[in-house]
Amino acid sequence: MRSPGIVMAVALLVAAALLPAVTGDYYTAFGTEIAITVLMLSSYRIIVLTGEWSFAHVVLQGVGAYTAAILVKDLDWPFPVTLAAGAAMAALVAALLSYPLLRMKGFYFLMGSFAAAEAIRLLWRKIPFFGGTRGLSNIPAPYLEIGDFSIDFGDPAHFYHLSLGVVACCLFVMWRMEQARVGGIWRAIQQQDVLAQTVGIESRTYRRLAFVVAAAFAGIAGVLLVYAFGSVTPNRFNLNFALYLMIWAIVGGTRTFYGVVLGGVVLMIFDESLRFAEELRPGIYGLILIGVMLFWPQGLEKLLMPLTRLLGNRARRSDPA
Amino acid sequence: MQILLDTLVNAAMASAATALVSIGLALIFGVMRIENFAHGELYMVGAYVTWYVSTSLGMNYFLGLVGAVLVTALIGAAMEIALFRRLRSNPVGCLIITIGVLLVLQTGAILFAGINSTLLVDSPFPGTLKIGALNLPWHRLFVILAAIGLMQVLIWLLRRTMFGRAVRAVAQDREAASLQGISISRVSVAAMMLSAGLAGAAGALMAPIVRISPFMGQPIIITAFIVIIMGGIGSIEGAIIASVLYSTFFTFVSTYVDSTIATIAGLCIMLAVLIFMPNGLMGKAEKV
Repeated sequence: MRSPGIVMAVALLVAAALLPAVTGDYYTAFGTEIAITVLMLSSYRIIVLTGEWSFAHVVLQGVGAYTAAILVKDLDWPFPVTLAAGAAMAALVAALLSYPLLRMKGFYFLMGSFAAAEAIRLLWRKIPFFGGTRGLSNIPAPYLEIGDFSIDFGDPAHFYHLSLGVVACCLFVMWRMEQARVGGIWRAIQQQDVLAQTVGIESRTYRRLAFVVAAAFAGIAGVLLVYAFGSVTPNRFNLNFALYLMIWAIVGGTRTFYGVVLGGVVLMIFDESLRFAEELRPGIYGLILIGVMLFWPQGLEKLLMPLTRLLGNRARRSDPA
Repeated sequence: MQILLDTLVNAAMASAATALVSIGLALIFGVMRIENFAHGELYMVGAYVTWYVSTSLGMNYFLGLVGAVLVTALIGAAMEIALFRRLRSNPVGCLIITIGVLLVLQTGAILFAGINSTLLVDSPFPGTLKIGALNLPWHRLFVILAAIGLMQVLIWLLRRTMFGRAVRAVAQDREAASLQGISISRVSVAAMMLSAGLAGAAGALMAPIVRISPFMGQPIIITAFIVIIMGGIGSIEGAIIASVLYSTFFTFVSTYVDSTIATIAGLCIMLAVLIFMPNGLMGKAEKV
């Protein structure tokens, strides 16, 4: 027992793993969606740590999703390989995009990331290889067979456990990175870009690194998404989803590692409870976003602050304000 | 030949409408350093008000146009007074707030007239002017002329009046303008009303031609951002030139090739401008 934080994290993970035991398939599948969203938000936070807001993150998730879908459908590759390939492809695309994009900052970066991402997404719609506007469907769930022992991940509970495991590993890696020197450098760039450069930190290299690392995790989230839904369409990665990711990160708060995880869970549940008012949903988010920016710029996190303090994580600055 | 002539007319009309929307966006960026993502939704509101006044209430189209300008100008003023003013020192916060306004206005339009309704606005100028092989629908001609007229008025306002000088002074140097006794708040409200009113006017002008829907602002705002980045963010002259160049390019590519390809090409142009020419055609980039 090194710190209360790790104990709490493990306890939460065990509690989350018990979800299929207490609810039906519908909420178990919803639990998988929460896990994927938490991975998206936590990886998005890496970019936010360096002080940028990106519209490309959701499309990079799509790169991972399409990579896995094609590898499974055409080549019948097993799950772990598609997972790695999805992450690698998303990271590769991000690395290529990072050369032009990270010469920009602020609004210019936001618009540049939008242009690049939207162009990629429209290409998916246009090229028959990617299934056009209807995308790719009928993607089989992973299946594990070792001798007599076999698990069919088509079962929502099994797939939920698989996703939870993958997401937990990713979160752990991200947490370690943030504690390490590189995490400190990202925060330094966000706060004092010029000062960081004068002490010999190649800030553009580290911003590029953050963009690529975040994309790799987004790619993993995309692979999980493909298996969870059995299909992938270009519309799942349009500007609205990019906006929602940004809104959730802002409303949830991005200061602490735990904050963004807990914020993601709370917001997903809130989102689900709005399902009865599908058409009103954007407006409700709009009002919440305006309210948070005006009156509560630290987001939900502030509400959860006592809890995060309990988790032994000191508050770190990376709010949008 | 027929297609070429029709496309030329369409390109001219698209240029006019895009220019009206883009100069408002450029004006607000110049004065307030805010990128208004809700600007396309003001265009949408303009079209809805025109429909409401002219079709639903059965009044004159021109009353609808005036109503559209008034309503959007009031929304613009409300955005400045209730939202932007509180976050003056925080441009990123303002940008995020405009995304919130975008979502609220979209949902408002859905509540107002439903998500899939067919809303029709009759043009005050039906029929077509035929000159040889050239078919020129009167309303399209009206859109082009009205847009040119409105731009002339805007440029006269900015160049020749005390108010215009104040606006340009604030755009050049906020602190120095403030030291000369110019009220930043008053100039901001006026600029916001002008910008929003222009977007509303563009929506009203296009209402008889395009399909009115809660999401009609989205392609417009994307086009407008491409245009103001091409023209140089904050430059009104640049926005007008870029509107003509981009809309003509876009109309021709989508007529002769495909509209998705045209959008991809447009996005690539925007990226190329951001990478190689961040000042755009006429603007001054802040720091890239």
